Order: sequence, then C-alpha cells, then structure tokens
Amino acid sequence: MTMLALSGRVVEASARVYRRTWRGSVISTFFNPILYLLAMGVGLGQLVDDGTGSTTLAIPYLTFLAPGLLAATAMMTGAGDASWPVMAGIKWRKTYDAILATPVGVPELVVGHLSWVGIRLLFVTVVYSGVMTAFGATTIAQGALAIPPALLTGLGFAAIITAYTARLKDEQGLAALFRFAIMPLFLFSGTFFPLSQLPGWIQPAAYATPLFHGVSLCRGLALGTDFAVHPMYSITYLLAMLILGTLLAIRLMGRRLIT
Amino acid sequence: MTDALVDARNLRKEFGELVAVDGIDFEVRAGEAFGFLGPNGAGKSSTMKMIGSVSPRTDGDLRVLGKDPNEHGQEIRAQLGVIPQEDNLDLELTVYENLLIYGRYFGMSRKVINERIDELLTFTQLDERRHSRVEPLSGGMKRRLTIARGLINTPKLLLLDEPTTGLDPQARHLLWDRLYRLKQEGVTLIITTHYMDEAEQLCDRLVIMDKGRIVTEGSPRDLIEQHSRREVLEMRFAVGTQEEYAGRLEGLAPRVEILPDRVLLYTDDADATADAVAAQGIVPESTVSRRSTLEDVFLRLTGRTLVE
Ligand SMILES: Nc1ncnc2c1ncn2[C@@H]1O[C@H](COP(=O)(O)OP(=O)(O)OP(=O)(O)O)[C@@H](O)[C@H]1O
Ligand SMILES: [Mg+2]
Repeated sequence: MTMLALSGRVVEASARVYRRTWRGSVISTFFNPILYLLAMGVGLGQLVDDGTGSTTLAIPYLTFLAPGLLAATAMMTGAGDASWPVMAGIKWRKTYDAILATPVGVPELVVGHLSWVGIRLLFVTVVYSGVMTAFGATTIAQGALAIPPALLTGLGFAAIITAYTARLKDEQGLAALFRFAIMPLFLFSGTFFPLSQLPGWIQPAAYATPLFHGVSLCRGLALGTDFAVHPMYSITYLLAMLILGTLLAIRLMGRRLIT
Repeated sequence: MTDALVDARNLRKEFGELVAVDGIDFEVRAGEAFGFLGPNGAGKSSTMKMIGSVSPRTDGDLRVLGKDPNEHGQEIRAQLGVIPQEDNLDLELTVYENLLIYGRYFGMSRKVINERIDELLTFTQLDERRHSRVEPLSGGMKRRLTIARGLINTPKLLLLDEPTTGLDPQARHLLWDRLYRLKQEGVTLIITTHYMDEAEQLCDRLVIMDKGRIVTEGSPRDLIEQHSRREVLEMRFAVGTQEEYAGRLEGLAPRVEILPDRVLLYTDDADATADAVAAQGIVPESTVSRRSTLEDVFLRLTGRTLVE
C-alpha cells in the first residue's frame, strides 16, 4: 500500500474513535465560540459601541470580532487535537505502538493524524462560519471564503504542537503550552482588538505570531476589508508552519517511538 | 544465512550506556515454538521489538522472514502478528472495532476482515463480547482480544511477549490451548515468559537469557538433563536443626543446595537418595520428591538473588 493509502487507514481509525468520544469535545468545539460571540460580540459589543462602530472601529464590534474568533477557534481545535490525544497515543494508552507494529510507519501515522485533525477543523470551521453568518457578522459567501485560512491556521498549529507533544515527558508540558502560549496568543493576536491598540514596543512581537496572520486572513476575507498585513505574507507564514511542523513532527515522533 | 524464519547473529541493542541485548545468536525455524526465558530486564522485550521490526538494532545481523528489518521493516511487519507485553487496545472502541481498524492498517478489505473477525472471535471465545466496549473487559478478555488482533492478518510468525502474565489459571490454560492449536496449524511462535511451566508446555526450544546474554539453549528436556537432575528431593528440618544435618547431606546426591528454609537434593533417583539419607540416621521433618523442572534450571543459571 502507498503512504497515502496507509495514512487514510489512520484517518479511518481516528474517525471511529471520534464517533465514540465526540460528546466530550462538543461543548468546547461548538458551544464555546458561540458563547464568546454572545458574551463578547453582543454583550461587550453593545458597551463599546452602539452597533454602528466606535471611535477606533469603523464597523460594529461583533462584526470585527467574529472572523477573528473563527481563526482563534481553529487554533484551539488544532492545538487540542494535537496535545492530549497525541500524548495518549504515545504514552497513556500506547495505541501508537500498536499502530507501528503494522505496515503503518511514523510518517503515515503523523500525516494520517494531521489529516484527521484537518477533517475535524473542517466541521468546526463550517459550523462556526454558519453561526457567524446567523449572527449577521458576514454573508454566506464571505463566511465561506474565510474557511480555508482558518483551516490552514488550525492545521499549522496542529502540526507544530504534535511535534512539541512528541517530546514531552508528561502532561505538565501540555498545561504549560496552553497557559503560556495558546492563551496569550488567543488574547493578543488581534482577535479581540486591533493590534494598533497595543503599546508600540510590543506590536512587532504580536505581528510575528501565527494566530495574527490567521486572524488577518479570516477577517479580510470575511468582511471584504483591507488585510492587516499583505495576505501573501500570512499564507506563506502559515504554510511554512504546516510543512515544517509536519516534518518536525515526523522526526520527533520517530525519535520518541522508534527506540 | 539459513532458511530460518528468524536468524540473529551477534544481535545487540544499546540504550545509551545501557546494554539491553549483548550480542546474541539464535535461529527460529518454521513451525516451531521458540521461547525466551529470563528474569526481569534480561532483554527479552528488546529482542522481540527488534524482531518485530519496530526497534532498530545497534549492531549485529538480523533476518526476519529472510529480510533485513532495517531495509524491509514494512514488508516484514505486514506478515507478523505481535502481542506486546502490555495491552495497547483502543479502550473506547468495541471488541469488533478494535479488530476492524487493525485489519485496515494491514490494508485488508472490509469483507475479508469481517470473515476473519468471525473466526477469531470464536477462536478466542469473545463472540458474546463482540459489541462490548473494551475498557470494562477483564484482563483475560483484553489479553485474548490482543491475541485475536495480532492474528487478524493471518501471520506466519507470531510474537508473544509474556502472553499470560497477570492472568488467572483458567485464562492461562485457555490461552495455552489456543496457542497450541495455532502451532498445530503451522504458525511459528516466539514466546517470552517468566513462567517455567509455560515454557515447558509450549516451547519446542528455548533460550534462557540473563543480563542481555543467552546463557543456555535447548529443548526443555535437554536443559533439565544438562543443568539439573531428573528428580529433586526437598527436605525441611525442624527449626534449628538444619545446620546440623545439612553438612551430613553433602555427598548423598550429585548436587545439594542449601536454602534458608530447606535443602534440595538433585538426583537421578529420589527414592534411592531418600533411602541413603535415612540410612545415615538423618530425619527431616518433611520430605517432598518431585520431577525436576525448568525452574530448577532457570534458578541455577540465573541465580536466586534478585539483581536489579
Ligand atoms: N526504550 C528503552 N529505553 C531505555 N532503556 C530501555 C528501553 N527499553 C528497555 N530498556 C532497558 O533495557 C533492559 C532490558 O529491558 P527489556 O524490556 O528488554 O527486558 P525484559 O527481559 O523484557 O524484562 P521484563 O521481564 O521485565 O519484561 C532493561 O534494563 C530496560 O530498562
Ligand atoms: Mg519484557
């Protein structure tokens, strides 16, 4: 069998496991973004503007927030799927050892795993994009346009975090990842406010984060407005993160599992 | 190289400074049941993983099914069945699903897998649990499922790493029976175990490993003949009198071993030795005579003290 066919078998197995376990993740993947949209977009939005924009934003806050949350949700989903389930496969359940005793090798395992995360991201971003449209933040067509960059963002994170998880001894490293990397990115990558609001000295750092580029692409496409930075930079950045992350993940996973 | 299914020459595995397998030679022939016996840390699992083509060797030569695992790992794995020391099933999935996804990793079609699953569930007596989730199953059932999973691709060579550790006697005997049937069907078995009775029951040939080396090799009967005597007389003495008598036992049997709580006399004829002991006026509190087992060989060769 070819590498692609074997990766497909890994996707199949992941889908089966998901069928048995989706209930546990449905709240975080689907309801949390809706709650954020309600609380921040509608609730906070009415406080900071009267629905017609504010001194710094030319558009209603909800409209500004929604596409940013799409990218952030993709990041969260990608990061979540590349952390605890991967640790379980490596260490807690050792299901990866079982898989590697078959013709499936480490590259097929990693590519299969990431492909499955891609499918999950597709569900999540499609649903979210629908919710965003229902809230009146964008149109159906523009909401759909924002799905590919959100997918790319989620996959980029999934790849790099799979590589990170492959090196971890225990789950403390995962808690640290979410506390010290994912949460700050979530808050300071232009999802909730434009980066121009940040003090000048910290702005370059914020521009360098991957989520900022995901947010820029999603917002520009969903709202049909100018991008915060030229989209070619963002696409290149996120694609590089996905490709290098995947190669790194294959390498580190091999080191971890083939001893 | 020979036409053996597995052929290892000076096979070596190091983990950093630690030498897990220290240059071993062995051959496994088609149709036989071959055992690795040894205490904890002897290097059994490390050897199994190299044969299973999931762990690269540090040095030496290895051929599995005629191929070098370094170059043809994927092809070799396609034809092996592996039962790892620790069960690594998908606990959220059902018995059936575990078998199905595993068959799919081997590139099998659903139709072929489904037929195979029916056979394997009957073979391992898991029919009634077909649609149960794996998590709540008993240890013995999980082990049987792991074995069924290892057989999904109808392997020619089955690697079993401590197949019955932790199981109750009923479950062990059921498994032995199944393994024996597999052997009858022509499947070659490689088994690691701590259990001497298991090795005696199942293995045509075995090696005893200790600290990464092979200390001896042969059929269970050969090994007992070489390293022990046919029979063993175990004597216990009243508290405080063992020292007094033990010295006088020397010379009454080809080998005498004095343990803290009893004395073992290794002999070819337990009755004659018992008579000789009585003739010396030595009166043990109790005497048990039994056949010599692999355990005697094992303890003789790997020592009675726990070295870890
Ligand atoms: N992945 C690994 N990394 C580092 N050391 C290892 C690794 N695997 C095994 N070892 C070490 O190699 C030695 C041999 O281990 P191995 O698991 O092969 O023994 P074993 O004979 O199977 O023992 P047991 O009966 O306890 O299963 C041990 O000292 C073990 O700690
Ligand atoms: Mg072992």
